Amino acid sequence: MTNLIDIRDVRHAYRTEAGTLPVLDGLNVSVPEGGFVAVVGPSGCGKSTLTKLVAGLLKPDHGEVWLHGEKVKSPRSTVGMAFQNPVMLEWRTILQNVMLPLEIVPNKLTKAQKQDRARYLLELVGLKGFEDKRPSELSGGMRQRASLCRALVHKPEVLILDEPFGALDAFTREDLWQIMHQVKEREPFTGVLITHDLRESIFLADKVVVLSGRPARTQYVLDVPDTGPRSLDHLYTSEAAEMLAILRHQIEVAQGRAPAEAEPETRIAPPPGSAAQGMH
Amino acid sequence: MAYVPEPVRSPSAAVGAAGAAGRSMAGFLTSRAFLAPVGAVLVFLIVWEALVWVNGWPNYVMASPSDLPPAYARYWELFLVMGWQTLWRTVVGLLVAVVFGVLVGMVMGFSRLMRDALYPLLVGFNAIPKATVVPIVALMFVGAHDFNTVLIAFMISFFPIAVSVSIGLSTLEPEYRDILRSLGASQFTVFWKIALPKTLPEFFGALKVAVTLAFIGTNLMEIVSPHGRGLGALFDSGKTNSDYPLMFAVLIALAFLGIVLYYIVVALEKIFAGWAERSPG
Repeated sequence: MTNLIDIRDVRHAYRTEAGTLPVLDGLNVSVPEGGFVAVVGPSGCGKSTLTKLVAGLLKPDHGEVWLHGEKVKSPRSTVGMAFQNPVMLEWRTILQNVMLPLEIVPNKLTKAQKQDRARYLLELVGLKGFEDKRPSELSGGMRQRASLCRALVHKPEVLILDEPFGALDAFTREDLWQIMHQVKEREPFTGVLITHDLRESIFLADKVVVLSGRPARTQYVLDVPDTGPRSLDHLYTSEAAEMLAILRHQIEVAQGRAPAEAEPETRIAPPPGSAAQGMH
Repeated sequence: MAYVPEPVRSPSAAVGAAGAAGRSMAGFLTSRAFLAPVGAVLVFLIVWEALVWVNGWPNYVMASPSDLPPAYARYWELFLVMGWQTLWRTVVGLLVAVVFGVLVGMVMGFSRLMRDALYPLLVGFNAIPKATVVPIVALMFVGAHDFNTVLIAFMISFFPIAVSVSIGLSTLEPEYRDILRSLGASQFTVFWKIALPKTLPEFFGALKVAVTLAFIGTNLMEIVSPHGRGLGALFDSGKTNSDYPLMFAVLIALAFLGIVLYYIVVALEKIFAGWAERSPG
């Protein structure tokens, strides 16, 4: 199967007044259709730049980004985005906010169909009854759910989530992790999740890419074994503990706090079926 | 204005039928929102009257509120004609300031280069006391009294509008833009759907300041230029004829017009940017 997202040897630098600031240096990420990849790495390593490249908002200096067999040159409406800051248009109701992408992406839906689509998504994330509320009347977690609906309303092939749960409290965050699984079941998408939370990465994604410190390259790729529907209990199994230990070690390497060749101390015997392998 | 938000359905909207109109008028007249400011004005007038009476000031030192009704009664026709002249020139000056201020604000809000380039110029321009510009303008366009007055009203009032619009646009969260741009929206769509409505609260804040400034501009010109018209000229003729109650009557009339224009802006703000007002609690 071909990959839906293919990032090949991408290098990118920002030009500032102080000179060029290289942020990406040899980045390789590929995600098959329906896959869900989480990208983790030290802060400031260029993770958000990665999302802009996939969304076509930025052109890489070198290398290529392919979406569905097509080279990305400009923004395309087959992408949906949600950010840590769930920006909502305060003068619109929640329903009107969710419908916003449908006003921009060309489509043949009638107004009623657009509303039905938005209502369906809001119900899916547990926001039924809040359609006519203003964003200021919602809690942070609710706004983030609405922001997720807005990212999905035009049925994008690719969903880009840039630390969407970073600013939420632990309970709300775990709530939203489970909602993400429900949503993916009903509204299939290919996902790229930028996160700082290692537990989040192995709970949601089927592949975790660890980026090195700036300028970032792909340092390590961890495949999360498919063990059927996930529940929060999965995070407390020995398999999960082992994956987290590997990731934590890789982050320390990326931060320059641990030598690359050393094995993590808490290493547990590798479980059968988990295929953790280094890259580059 | 370009953006008209869809009305929010709320329980009170259903009650507000035509039958309730009379009741709501009576309700308004007995509400705190109406009684508090009216009470404050009454207290102000009483204190003023008392101050003049206690000090025994003759009306050429300080006219008292009780001197004013006779002045209005005597010159009511002049007040209507001159008041109208002052009003329309102020409003026209303000409208020009809105158009020009919004354009300059857009240019500075969207372009970092233009912001850096224009800011010192704007600030310097704004720092010049307009009283010094008045004679220059009066000499430049001799006889074009209406034009001169509108020009000064515009010059004195566009600055806060330009600054507020530019700040509103330049502080737009990048996520808004990214979401729309990633869907292939044009720069104009981003402006129309997000930047413009988002800037409206700042815009109306500045407009409230600009309204009173425009009044000051209009009157500066009316008072200074010879053979002027409007309330400013009426004030000037009161001065020449030593009719002190007339001068005070003009001041109060100006204050009244200022209040009326201000509340018109407040009403427009409620319609177009009412969403920005958070309900308490």
